[in-house]
Amino acid sequence: MGLSWNSTGRKLLDSDNLDYNSDFIINLAGNPNVGKSTIFNSLTGLHQHTGNWPGKTVSNASGITTFKNKNFLLIDIPGTYSIMSNSEEEEIARDHICFAKADATIVVLDATCLERNLNLVYQILEITPNVIVCINLIDEARKKGIIIDTKSLENILGVPVVSTIAKKKKTLTNLMKTVYSICNKEKTLSPNLVTYNPVIENCIQLMHKYIIKIIPKEKEYLARWISLKIIEGNTKIITSIEKNLNIKILNNEKITRILDEISCLLCNIDLSTDSFNQSIISSIMHSAEKACSSCVSYSENYNSTKTSRIDSILTSKKYGIPIMIVFLGLIFWLTITGANYPSELLSSFFTFIQDKLYIGCEFLRFPNWLTSLLVDGVYQTVSWIVSVMLPPMAIFFPLFTLLEDLGYLPRLAFNLDNCFRKSGTSGKQALTMCMGVTKWYFFLIK
Amino acid sequence: MDKKCFALSELEINNTAKIDSINTSNNIKRRLLDLGLVSNTPITAIFRSPFSDPTAYRVRNTVIALRKEDANSIFVYR
Repeated sequence: MGLSWNSTGRKLLDSDNLDYNSDFIINLAGNPNVGKSTIFNSLTGLHQHTGNWPGKTVSNASGITTFKNKNFLLIDIPGTYSIMSNSEEEEIARDHICFAKADATIVVLDATCLERNLNLVYQILEITPNVIVCINLIDEARKKGIIIDTKSLENILGVPVVSTIAKKKKTLTNLMKTVYSICNKEKTLSPNLVTYNPVIENCIQLMHKYIIKIIPKEKEYLARWISLKIIEGNTKIITSIEKNLNIKILNNEKITRILDEISCLLCNIDLSTDSFNQSIISSIMHSAEKACSSCVSYSENYNSTKTSRIDSILTSKKYGIPIMIVFLGLIFWLTITGANYPSELLSSFFTFIQDKLYIGCEFLRFPNWLTSLLVDGVYQTVSWIVSVMLPPMAIFFPLFTLLEDLGYLPRLAFNLDNCFRKSGTSGKQALTMCMGVTKWYFFLIK
Repeated sequence: MDKKCFALSELEINNTAKIDSINTSNNIKRRLLDLGLVSNTPITAIFRSPFSDPTAYRVRNTVIALRKEDANSIFVYR
């Protein structure tokens, strides 16, 4: 989601207030760029802006979808690769899945790179049991020759797995059927969690015994995860746990005592905080790897080098820069020549209105200074800006969207990163700069 | 086994190595781990940008681009 009517202005203030007439609340989580917002839009009929850039969804968006006469409130959570680190999106995502009241969480995966996506699934399974895994872009995966056995993935994870094509409504009905049965508690889920290093498991057990006593009953599932986070010593997460569950952790004598005991245990196997984290992430990765290798197979037409070949031309030393100049030149040319006609039309229209305004002011016997302030000052400036800026933008943005859909923009960023880095930014700024250049050019020639 | 480690940035195009360790500030390290760059993961350099930096790598079936300064702090072995 980008900046939409619902995510800006006064509506933003209301967005926390989820007091809709909904029977169930569903979270929509997943890696960036897997089609979460597309699924969200086609289920809710809303038009959140979707795009090919990471961080498109900056805050939670929500919308209602109806299935079998029940209202489901869908909440679109920002896309993240993980929920363990401390970036802002990840915090929003983690806190939301963890503490907000929800009946189920749909985790959307990209079928073409399942392994990396499963990493997030395993992390989410640790904080909520009611997970529905939704493998999106299954059509693209098929095209690439990747075959995914959803049944065996279901067995490995212990939660339902549905494959979808976000643009095809029928596949989404399947998803909603599963969501429906989870929400109505038709099946109880017992996800298979990642098993860590035996010593770490022991430590979790120790802490778990105590945490389970102080945690609110309905959040019992979180005990294991909270134990792990306390041992890990991630202060930011702990503070957030304290705040949301209203329990005392940081200055808790009992916990400090258990932590001492645990650090003794960890000493024996020489795990510093740093390698403790790494061991945890490795365990999750290896689980994802194992799950992936047992449920993904490749048909004979699997060819991982097909797009690579195009990429290697687009980013090569010899052709990369010329192709880029041709592409951008073409866009500039189309924008500039194309915008000239509507621009002239608009400006002659505005001049026509301006003459009428003069007559009107004269008729109303406005003093000279007032006429000049209103017509020459306010009106002329506004009309000038509109006639100069509107046409190029109306042409430039759709053209850029086309490039974005072709996937050329990440390659452009890749090509230009080195130049932009010298001025302290990243290659992603190429897009912004292109827009700036067109506008600047227009002001110059007018 | 005695393995010879070298920086990822020295890996030549179309060559594959396995990750040994990441030696960088916590935030970047976390991100790299999240992207699947844990120990013993195979990583292949696939192409370099026209200005020779950044470089694209294939890891766990996805392509990611890393700048030289980041690739310098990732150690790999064959």
